[in-house]
Amino acid sequence: MRNLKKVLSVTAAAALAVTAMTPAAVFADDETFKVGVIGPMTGDYAQYGTNVYNAAKIAIDEINADGGFNGYQVELLDAGDDQGDPEKAVNAYNDLLDKGMQMLCGTVTSGACIAVGAEAAESTFLFTPSGTAVDCITAGSNEFRMCFTDPMQGTKSAEFISEKGLATKIAVLYDSMADYNVGIHDAFVASAEEYGLEIVADEAYTTDSNTDFSVQISKIKESGAELVFLPNYYSDNALILQQASDAGLDVKFFGVDGMDGILSVENFDTSLAEGVMLLTPFSATGEDEATVNFVKAYNDAHNGETPNQFAADAYDVIYAMKAAAEDAGITPDMSNEDISAALSASMLNIELNGLTGTAKWTEDGECDKAPKAYEIKDGVYVEVE
Amino acid sequence: MKKNMSKTTKNNFITYAMVIVIFAVVQTLSSTGNLSNLLMGLLVPLCVYTIAAISLNLVVGFSGELSLGHAGFMCVGAYSSALFSQVVKDSIPSVPRLILAILIGAAVAGVFGIIIGIPVLRLRGDYLAIVTLAFGEIIKNLINILYVGVDENGLHVATSSAGLKMAAGGKQIMKGALGISGTSTLYKDIKGYFFLIGIILILVTLFIVQNLVNSRSGRAIMSTRDNRIAAESVGINITSYKLLAFTISAALAGVAGVLYAHNLSMLKVSIFDYNMSIMILVYVVLGGIGNLRGSIIATIILYALPELLRGFSTYRMLIYAIVLIAMMLFNWAPAARNWRSRMLEKIKGNRQKKEAA
Amino acid sequence: MSFISYLKDGISLGSIYAIIALGYTMVYGIAKMLNFAHGDVIMVGAFVILTAITKAGLSPLLSVLLAVVLCTVLGVTIEMVAYRPLRKASSNLAVLITAIGVSYLLQNLALLIFGADAKSFVTVINVPTVTLFDGQLTIKGITIVTIIACIIIMCGLTFFVKKTKPGRAMQAVSEDRDAAQLMGVNVNATISLTFAIGSGLAAIAGLLLCSAYPTLTPYTGAMPGIKAFVAAVFGGIGSIPGAMVGGILLGVIEIFGRAYISSQVADAIVFAVLIIVLLVRPAGLFGKNIQEKV
Repeated sequence: MRNLKKVLSVTAAAALAVTAMTPAAVFADDETFKVGVIGPMTGDYAQYGTNVYNAAKIAIDEINADGGFNGYQVELLDAGDDQGDPEKAVNAYNDLLDKGMQMLCGTVTSGACIAVGAEAAESTFLFTPSGTAVDCITAGSNEFRMCFTDPMQGTKSAEFISEKGLATKIAVLYDSMADYNVGIHDAFVASAEEYGLEIVADEAYTTDSNTDFSVQISKIKESGAELVFLPNYYSDNALILQQASDAGLDVKFFGVDGMDGILSVENFDTSLAEGVMLLTPFSATGEDEATVNFVKAYNDAHNGETPNQFAADAYDVIYAMKAAAEDAGITPDMSNEDISAALSASMLNIELNGLTGTAKWTEDGECDKAPKAYEIKDGVYVEVE
Repeated sequence: MKKNMSKTTKNNFITYAMVIVIFAVVQTLSSTGNLSNLLMGLLVPLCVYTIAAISLNLVVGFSGELSLGHAGFMCVGAYSSALFSQVVKDSIPSVPRLILAILIGAAVAGVFGIIIGIPVLRLRGDYLAIVTLAFGEIIKNLINILYVGVDENGLHVATSSAGLKMAAGGKQIMKGALGISGTSTLYKDIKGYFFLIGIILILVTLFIVQNLVNSRSGRAIMSTRDNRIAAESVGINITSYKLLAFTISAALAGVAGVLYAHNLSMLKVSIFDYNMSIMILVYVVLGGIGNLRGSIIATIILYALPELLRGFSTYRMLIYAIVLIAMMLFNWAPAARNWRSRMLEKIKGNRQKKEAA
Repeated sequence: MSFISYLKDGISLGSIYAIIALGYTMVYGIAKMLNFAHGDVIMVGAFVILTAITKAGLSPLLSVLLAVVLCTVLGVTIEMVAYRPLRKASSNLAVLITAIGVSYLLQNLALLIFGADAKSFVTVINVPTVTLFDGQLTIKGITIVTIIACIIIMCGLTFFVKKTKPGRAMQAVSEDRDAAQLMGVNVNATISLTFAIGSGLAAIAGLLLCSAYPTLTPYTGAMPGIKAFVAAVFGGIGSIPGAMVGGILLGVIEIFGRAYISSQVADAIVFAVLIIVLLVRPAGLFGKNIQEKV
C-alpha cells in the first residue's frame, strides 16, 4: 500500500511536470488572425468533425493565398477534439483560447455547441457550421449559424412533401438517442398534420443498436406508408436503404441535410439510393465552378474522399468570417470581445454567395437561405424544381 | 486499539489536508493569473469525477463489488436536480436553490440505489457487474424518452414531444435526447464559486466515506468483502450492509451528477453510458482499490491527461491509451512491484549508509 | 405470420451475437478475464478483410484466411504484452482496466489508419436468399451461413475442449490454475492458445457481423462486443453452448421488444430480461452454480 502511494505521487509529479511543459497562453501576435475548430475528431461522430476541419483548412489556405482576412494572414489552430461530448467541448474551447483563438468555427455537434455557446456568449465570436439545435446560438448575440435549424428542416420537409404531392401516408424512422435526429423528427411530426400528412408509422432506433432495422422496416411495410422520412446521418441511412431493399420495401425515401454524403460512402451500392429525395443546401455533384473546385481541392488533399455538407458549411463559415472581417475592418491586435462585437454587427450587413447557396443573417444569428431539394438519379443529385 | 484509531484519524486528516492544499495552490495560481483557461475549465469537472471516483471506491474497494453502472446514478442525480433548478428558477434565489438541488440529486440517486441494490446485491462477481451495467443502460434508455414541460397548468410529463399537450406559452424543459439546456446560465452569479463548492463537496464526500469505513458498519462491510462466509457465520447481515454501502455510494454519485449538470449548460443522457462508468472505474483501480487518496490523485491525472495532450492533436487518444496500459502494468504487475520495492530498498539503503557515514 | 417473421429476424440478429459471444466465453472460461478488447479485435479483422479485398485485390477466401492469421497473432501479442504480466496481480480488476486500455488503443490506431468515415462492407459471402411459404418468409443467405458457422464452431470447440489434450489442459487451467501447473500443464501456453483461438474466431465474427450489417468504422466492434458479453453472461459465462443459446435468445428478445413493445426502449427491455433471468438463475442459463465451501 505504501509503495503504491509513493508510485502515485511520483506519477502525480510527472503529470504536474507535463502540465508545466504544456504551452502556456500564446500571446496574441499582431500579424495573424487565429481561427479554431471544435468538433468530434475521434469517437463515434469523428467523420463529421474531420470533414469540418479539413474544409476549414482548405478555405483558409485559399484565403491566405489571396491575401487573408482584411489583409492579415489567418492561422487555423489544431483541431479541438470534443468527441461530441459537451464537457470535452468546453475543455477544447478553453484550450483553444489559450492558443490564442479569436474566432470559432464550431462546434460541429448540437449538444456540444449549446455548452460552448454559454461560455462564448459576448466574449468570443462563435459561428457554427452544423449545430442544428435551436439553443446552439441563443446564449449570446455574437453567435451565428450556417446550417438550418432542426425545427426548420422538419417543417420544410413536411411542407415540401405536401406541396409536391409526394405522399400522404408517411412513415418516420429515426435515431431516438441522438439530438439532431430527434430535433428534426419532433418538428416534422408536429407539423405533419398541418400539411395534411398522416404519420402511419413512427419508428425509432437507438445509437446503441443502429445496425438492425428489420422490425422497424417490417412495421413500415405493414403500415402501407408511401414515403419514409429519414432524418438521420448518411452512414445509418446507407444501412437502412440496404435493409429496406432486402426486405422488398419499395417506397420513396426522403432525407434532410444529414443524408448528404450517402453517395460517397466507400463501397456503397449507389443504386440503392436511386430515387431518394433530400432537402440539403449542398451537393458534392453540383456543377457550378465553386463546388467543382472545392470538391477537387478536398479530393486532392484527402486521398480521394468526397466532402459532405458538413465540409461545405464549414467552408462557407470561413468565407462568411472573411466577409464580416472585411466589413468590420478588424485587426488581429484587437481583443476577442472587440472582434466579436464588430463581427456580430457586420454579420447583418454581409451577403455570402457560398457553396450552400446565397445566405444572409438575421439578428438572432440564423442563416436565411433557401433549402434545395434534390433527387438522386443515376447516381447523381438532380435538383427538383 | 487506541493507537490504531489515532493512526486512522491521522490518515484521514492527511487526505483532507491534501485536498485543501491542492485547493489553496490552485486558488493562488488562478488568482495570480498563472493558470491557463484550459486548466481553469478543468477544475470543476475534476471535482465531479473525484466525487464519483470516491463514491465508487466505497462499493468497489470497501464493499468488494464490481459496479459498472455508476454513471446511471450520476445521470439520475444530474437530471433530477437540473429539472428542479429549471422548474423553480424564478421562485428561489440561486444559493438556496443550488443547495436544494444538491440534496434532491443525492436523495433521488440514493433512492435509485436502494431500488437497484435490493435485487442486484444478491448476485456476485461478474454477474453483479453485468447487472449494474444493465441498470445503467436502462436508466439511460428511459430518461432518453422522457419529455417534461411546464406551463400555467403545472408540470407535464410524456414520452414524446407531441404528448406533452402544453398550453400556449408553456416551455419544454426536458426534451428527450435533446436533454436539458441552459442550467448553468441559471447560476451565472455564483459560477465563479463552483470550484469552491466542488471542493467542499469532495470534503463532505470524504468525510462520509471515511467515517463510514471506520465505523462499526464499515468494518462489517469490509468483513463481507474479505470473507463472506466467515462474516455470515458471525451473524453479520451481509445484504443489509452491502445495501447501505451501495445506497450511500449511489447518493454521492448523484451529487457528482448535480455538479456536472449545473456546471454545463447542456445535459444530454447519451453521455452517461457504460463508457463513463468504466472511466470512473479506471480512476478507482489505477488509484488503488480501497485507497481514497489514490482515487483522488488518479482522477486528477487521468482526467487531465487527454486534455493536456491536446498539443498532439490526432495522436492524443492513442497516447492516452498507451499511457493507461503502461501505468496499469507499472502499478499492478507483480514483477513491476517487486522491482519497485527493490529500487526503494536500494535508495533507502544508500541513505542509511550516508547517515551512518 | 408476422410472429414467425419476427422470430426469424430475432434469430438472425441473435446468431451474430452468438458468434461473438463464443469467442468471449472461450477466453473468459479459461483466462477468467473479461476481455473488453474482443469487440475491437473483431473490428480489426473486418478491416483486414475489407482492405485485402478492395486495396490489395486478394480473393475473398484468402482475405479471410489472412484476417484469421493476423487476428490470432494480434490476440496472442495482446495477451503476452498487456495481460500476462497482470495475471498474478492482487486484484483481477487490474487486467480488466488494461483490457479497456487495449480497446482504446485498437480503436484509435484504426482511426488513424483507416479514417473516421463509415465504409460499406463488400459482399464476401454469396448465398442466395431462401424464400418459404410463397414469399411470406424470406431468410437471408447470411443468416443461414451464420447459424451454420455458429453450430460448427460450437461443436468444434466442445470437441476440442472435451476430447483433445490441449483442450483438456484448458479445462484444467480453468478449474484450478495452480493445480493444473502442478500436474504439468503449461499454463502460459494454454492461455496463449485460448487467446489464439478466441481471436481467430473474432476474425470470423468480424466477417459475419459486417456481412450481415455492412458498415464499418473504428467503433464497429464496441457495441456488439458489449452485447455479446451480455449474451455470454445470459447463457452462463464460460459455457460454450450457453454462449450460443444466450446470443440467440438475446437477439430474439431484442427483436420482440422492438416489435411488440417499443422500438425506443428495446435495449432497456433486453437488459430488464437479463436482470430477471440472472435473479432467477444467478449463474446464467447454462452456468454451473458452484457452492462455496468453508
